Amino acid sequence: MAKQLYWEDVEVDTEVTTLPKVATRRMLVKWAGASGDFNPLHYDDSFAESQGVGKPIIHGALKRQWLIQLMTDWIGEEGTLRKFSCQYRAMDYPRLMKTMTEPQEGETLYCKGKVTKKYVEGDEHCVDCIIGVENEKGEITTPGRATVILPSRG
Amino acid sequence: MLPEEITKFIGQETGTSIFEVERETIRRFADAVDDPNPLYWDEEYAKKSRCGSIIAPPGFISSPWFSGRPTKWPERGATSSEAAVADLFTALVKAGFWRVLDGGMEYEFFAPVQAGDTITASSVIKDIVGREGRTGKMAFLFTETTYTNQNGEVVAKARGTSIHR
Repeated sequence: MAKQLYWEDVEVDTEVTTLPKVATRRMLVKWAGASGDFNPLHYDDSFAESQGVGKPIIHGALKRQWLIQLMTDWIGEEGTLRKFSCQYRAMDYPRLMKTMTEPQEGETLYCKGKVTKKYVEGDEHCVDCIIGVENEKGEITTPGRATVILPSRG
Repeated sequence: MLPEEITKFIGQETGTSIFEVERETIRRFADAVDDPNPLYWDEEYAKKSRCGSIIAPPGFISSPWFSGRPTKWPERGATSSEAAVADLFTALVKAGFWRVLDGGMEYEFFAPVQAGDTITASSVIKDIVGREGRTGKMAFLFTETTYTNQNGEVVAKARGTSIHR
C-alpha cells in the first residue's frame, strides 16, 4: 500500500494518483451479480441496441465505484471520504473476452483527479477535488467531485 | 412543464429498506470493482486498523439488492410507498418518458458501514423537473435516501438522479 497522505502533502492542482481500469463483459457480469443491477442494457446486445446505445455499456454505478476507489486509494486508511458526486455524461464500453479470464485488446479507462481547494473546517483538514473517468480519446465520460479529510502533521 | 400527474409525487416517500451487511457480500462487491483494499477483504488486517473490522466500500449501500425490501426478507404485499412508485412510473410512461437512464449520484458519508451492521434506507422524492434536451423532453427525478445503522446513527445520505425520456 502507498504511504499515508497528509494534508500538508497536497496543494491546489496536485494530481490524484491515476487509477487505470480495464472493463470487460466478464467484469460487468460480476458487477451485475454483486450490485444486483440486472438491467440488460449491460449484457444483452439486442436490448442495448434497442435502447440506442449500440452495444452493452458499462454500468454507471460501476464507474462511480471506480472513482470512489480512486479517492480511497489516494487518501489511505487515515483519510476519510466525506463527499462524493458524479454524473454519467457519455457511454463507455467493455472489452470482450479472449479467454476465460483475459480480455481482448482494447480500451483502458483512466480514473483521474486534481485538487481544487484545501481548507480547515473546525478540526478537519479538508481537500476538494474534481475527478473523472477519462477514455482513450481523452474525453471525461464520467465527471465528478470529491471532498476528503486528511490527517495533518500538525 | 410536467403534468400534475407526475409532479404530485414530489415529496412522496418511496419506501424503506432494511438490509444486513456481511463480509462475503462485501468481498464479492470489492472483487467486481477489482479493488484489493484489505479493509474490504481481510478481517485480521481490518481489526488492527482504525476501522476495527471489515468495512463496506463507500457506495456499497446503493446496491439495488438492498432496495425495495421493507423487511429483511421478501415477505410482502406492495406497501403504499411501492404502489406510489409504480403509479409514478406509470404516469411517466403515459407522458412519453419510457426510457430511464441513471443521471448520477451525490453522497455524504458520515460513518463507516461495517460488516455485521443492519442498515435502514429511507427514500423520498425531493423534486421532479422537466427539461429540454437534444433528444427532446426529459423528466429529471431527484431522490434522497438516508441510511441509518442499527445504533440509530445516520451513516450516509445519497441524492440520486434518474433521467426519464
